[in-house]
Amino acid sequence: MNSSVIVFPGSNCDRDVADALTKLQFKNKMVWHKDSELPKSDLIVIPGGFSYGDYLRSGAIAAKSNILKEIIKAANSGCPVLGICNGFQILIETGLLKGALLRNKNLKFISKDVYLKVLGNENKFCKNFKKGKVIKLNIAHNEGNFFTNSDHLKELEDKDLIPFKYCDKNGTINESSNPNGSLNNIAGILNEKKNILGMMPHPERMIDNLISNTDGVELFSSILN
Amino acid sequence: MKITENIILSHGLKLDEYAKIKSLLNREPNYLELGIFSAMWNEHCSYKSSKVHLKKLPVKNKNVIQGPGENAGVIDIGDDDAIIFKIESHNHPSFIEPYQGAATGVGGILRDVFTMGARPIALLNSIHFGSPNNLKTKNLLNGVVSGIGGYGNCIGIPTVAGETKFNSTYNENILVNAMAVGLANKNKIFYSKAKGINKPVVYVGSKTGRDGIHGASMASAEFDDNSEEKKPTVQVGDPFTEKLLMEACLELMKEKSIISIQDMGAAGLTSSSVEMAHKGNLGIELDLDKVPCREENMSPYEMMLSESQERMLIILEDGKEESAKKIFTKWDLDFVVIGKTTEARDLSLKFKNQSVASIPIEALSSKAPVYDRKWSKKKLSKKKISLKDLKKVKFENAFLKIFSSPNHSNKKWVTDQYDQMVMGDTIERSGADAAIIKIHNKDKAVAVTVDSSANYCKSNPNNGGKQIVCENWRNLISVGAKPLAITNCLNFGNPENPEIMGEFAENILGIKEACEFLDFPVVSGNVSFYNGTNKNNIFPTPVIGGVGLIKNLKRIQNHRFKKLNSQIILIGKTFGHLGQSVFLDEVYSLREGLPPEVNLSNEKNNGEIVINLINKNLINSVHDVSSGGIILALAEMSISSSIGIKINKPKKLSNIFEFFFGEDQSRYIVEVDNNNSPKVEKFLKENNTYYENIGTTQKDFFELEKELKISVKDLYEANNKWYNNYNAFKS
Repeated sequence: MNSSVIVFPGSNCDRDVADALTKLQFKNKMVWHKDSELPKSDLIVIPGGFSYGDYLRSGAIAAKSNILKEIIKAANSGCPVLGICNGFQILIETGLLKGALLRNKNLKFISKDVYLKVLGNENKFCKNFKKGKVIKLNIAHNEGNFFTNSDHLKELEDKDLIPFKYCDKNGTINESSNPNGSLNNIAGILNEKKNILGMMPHPERMIDNLISNTDGVELFSSILN
Repeated sequence: MKITENIILSHGLKLDEYAKIKSLLNREPNYLELGIFSAMWNEHCSYKSSKVHLKKLPVKNKNVIQGPGENAGVIDIGDDDAIIFKIESHNHPSFIEPYQGAATGVGGILRDVFTMGARPIALLNSIHFGSPNNLKTKNLLNGVVSGIGGYGNCIGIPTVAGETKFNSTYNENILVNAMAVGLANKNKIFYSKAKGINKPVVYVGSKTGRDGIHGASMASAEFDDNSEEKKPTVQVGDPFTEKLLMEACLELMKEKSIISIQDMGAAGLTSSSVEMAHKGNLGIELDLDKVPCREENMSPYEMMLSESQERMLIILEDGKEESAKKIFTKWDLDFVVIGKTTEARDLSLKFKNQSVASIPIEALSSKAPVYDRKWSKKKLSKKKISLKDLKKVKFENAFLKIFSSPNHSNKKWVTDQYDQMVMGDTIERSGADAAIIKIHNKDKAVAVTVDSSANYCKSNPNNGGKQIVCENWRNLISVGAKPLAITNCLNFGNPENPEIMGEFAENILGIKEACEFLDFPVVSGNVSFYNGTNKNNIFPTPVIGGVGLIKNLKRIQNHRFKKLNSQIILIGKTFGHLGQSVFLDEVYSLREGLPPEVNLSNEKNNGEIVINLINKNLINSVHDVSSGGIILALAEMSISSSIGIKINKPKKLSNIFEFFFGEDQSRYIVEVDNNNSPKVEKFLKENNTYYENIGTTQKDFFELEKELKISVKDLYEANNKWYNNYNAFKS
C-alpha cells in the first residue's frame, strides 16, 4: 500500500509517522507542501508539528497551502486521510472535519501518556481494534480541546463517528480522565463517510515496546488490510 | 560622537580596558568600534576571568573528537557516530523576561549543536528559582517552563531530562541552563575555522532586528534595582524559523559547500565573524548594506550588536552560492552574501560605501584582556552536626515533609509541559536517574542527565565540584550507561569579589580532580558570572551535564521496582553524614556543617560494580542515593512502580535519622531477585564492595518498622501535590 506524508514547514512528526508506516510495510513518500500533485496514495497522513509555527490559529495557514487542494480532492473521492495532532487541526481548518480545537482547559501545553477507549471500530482506521479496548497513547499539544455545536455533537455520537475518547486505566470516561477539556472526552473524530480521521493523540509514538508500547500498531494495520 | 567616560562605562568597559583598546588601535575607536570591543571583551564572550582556571580541566581522552573551544564538544560513540553536546546559561535574560529568556536559551544551544552538523536529539535543562514564597517566583517558574517547552515542542526536539530547584539564593537572580545533545556522522563535523581568501561570507536565517542589542554585556554585569529596564536587551525567539534554519543547514551540510559555519549567538554578527576569522588566521570584510534587516534605518552599530535569533554565518566554497541559495529559498529563509574573507587580518566594515570600522582581529580575540583575579580560599565550617542539639521530630513527619517539599516533589507539572516523545527515540523520560535516547535505527542508545548541588558547593566549593561530577556519573551508571564525557555550566557571582573568585577556582579544582579520576573529560561548557543583585551573590552553582553510552539495549536499567518479595541491597557504605543535608535544610531550616566527603576510588569501584551487575543481568532495578538519602531513594523507587517495601532497621548505625537521611556518597540501591541474591552477594564480596540488605519489596505499603507505614498510593499523593497546589488558579 502507498502512503503519503505531507511535510509543511514546521511539521515535526513527519519522520516519526513515516517510520511507523514503513515499519508496517507501507510504501511511503514524503510530499512537500508546495507540490501541486499528490503521488498515488492509499493513505494520506498529515503529521503533527507546528506548521508555519502556528503563529496564527493552529493549522490555519497550512490549510491554505498548495497541496491541500489536492488532499481535499482525494478525500472527497474517498481516499483515507489521517490527521494527527497538528494534522487534526489542519483538517478542521480546511473544513474536511467539523468543529474546533480550542486551547487546553488548563492553558498549558500537555504532553503525557493518556488512556483512550476505542468506541467505534466499524471504520477503516480502527477495524483491527477490539471495540471497547482501552489503549495508551501519547498526547503533546496546546490546542486539543475539541468543541462543536450540539447538532454536530449529536451527529458524531449517533453515527458512530467518535472512534476514541479519553478515559482512565479502567476505561471510565469522565471529567477526571479528560486531559484537555474536550467536549464529551473526544480525542478523535471521523467525517460522515468515515474516510477522514482526525485525532490529537499520536499513534506513531506507540509502535515499539522498547520506547513505549504497541498500542498504535493496530491503527496503521487496520488501514493496511 | 566623542567617546566620553560615561559612554565607556555604560558599555561595560573599565577605563584601563579602554586605554588598552586605544593602544591596540593606535588611535581612539569610533562609537561603532567601541560597541564591537565591548561585545567581544565582556565576560560572557571573552571568558577573561575564567580562562586561567578553565585551562586546568581535563578535556581529552580517546573518545573526545573535539573539546572546548568550538560551538560544542564532540565525542565518539562508535560506528562513525558522534555525539555533539553543550550546556549554556540564559540566566539574566530569563530573570528579566522569563518566557523569551528561557526560549531563546533553548534556541541558542540548539544552534550550537546543529551548526556542527548534528541533528539535535535531546534537550535538557537545569532551572533554579528563588524561594516559592518570593513574590516573583511563581511568575518566573511559569514563564521559564512555558518558554522551554514552547521552543523545544515547536522545533520538535524532545525535552527529556532536567532539574527544577528552589532556593532563596536565587530570589533576585534565577538560573536557566539549557543543554542540547545532537547526533552526527563523525566524518562530517563542521567547524568555525575559516579557510581561504576571498571566500564568500553568507548570512542566512532570520532578519536582523533591534532586539538583544548588548545582550551579552547585560549578562556580564550584576543586576540592580533598575534591571527591569533591561527588557529590550532580551532577544525574542522564533522556534519555527529555527526549525527551518536547522533543516536548511542540515540539508546544505550533505553537500560539500561549507568551509566553516558559526551561529550568531551572543554578540551576534560581531562575535560570529570575529570567531571565524580568528580561528582561520584571516580577516573578514562585511558590507553592512547587504545585511537583511527587519526594521528600517538600522545603523551599523545596531546591526553589529543585535542578538536577533535564528541567524547563521557561513563561509562557502567558491561557486557554491547558487546551489546553497536554492536550499535556503526552499525553506523561505534569507540567504545573502554580505562579505568575504581577506588576507589583511582585520574586521573591516563598510556601510554606504564608506569604511565605518576597521579593527585587527587579534585585538578582539587573542589580545582581549585575561585576568588572573585575586581569590581567597574558603574557610570551611568546623561545625559538627549532632542530633542531640536539635529538637526531636517524628521520623514519619520528617520524611513526609521532605518528600512533599518543593525541591523533592514530583515534577510532572513541569515535565508534562515538555514534549518528551517527539522523534520517537525516547526510551527513558524525565524522572529517571538519566534519560535514555535511542540512536535512530541502531541498536544502541545514549543516556543524558544534568546535576547540581549548590548547598554543597557553597559550603565547600572544592568538594562540591567533585560531588556533582560523581553524582552525574552515578546517574548515568544507574541506567546502564558507560559515562563518556561532560559539559559544564558554571554559574557564579561577581568574579571581582575574591571570595566568589575563590569559589570558582576551588570548584574547578574539584571538578578537575573527579573528572581526571573517573576519566570523564569536560568537552564543552559555559561560564556565567555576575549572578547576583546589588552585591548579593548567588550560591556557586556549577551544573554538570553528562552523556553516557549504552551499547546493549537489552541491558538498560531504571529505578522502578519490578517484583514483590525481591531483595533490596544497598551498595556502598553509610556513615550517616547529615552536614548540608536536605534533612537539616527542610526539617530544621539549617544549612550547617560540611557536605559529605567524596571518596573517588569508592565512587569508581562502586560504579563499576553496578555496571557489572547490570551487564550480568543480575538486578531488576537500580537507583543512586543522592540528596535526601536512602529513604528518599526508596520512596522514589516505590511510587514509580506502585510496589511497596518493608525496610529493615540498620544493624550497625543505631540512629535511624542518620542512617536514612544521611547523604554519604558512592551509594546505589539495587533490587535483586531472591534466586539471584546469592550470586550478587558473592560478586560484591569478591570485589570487596561494602553492601547491606536493607529490605524486601512487598505489596502496597512503604514501611519501616515502628516508624513509618504508609500506602504507596498515599505516598504518591504526598509527592504529587505541591506543584499543582502552588500553581492552582486562585480567584
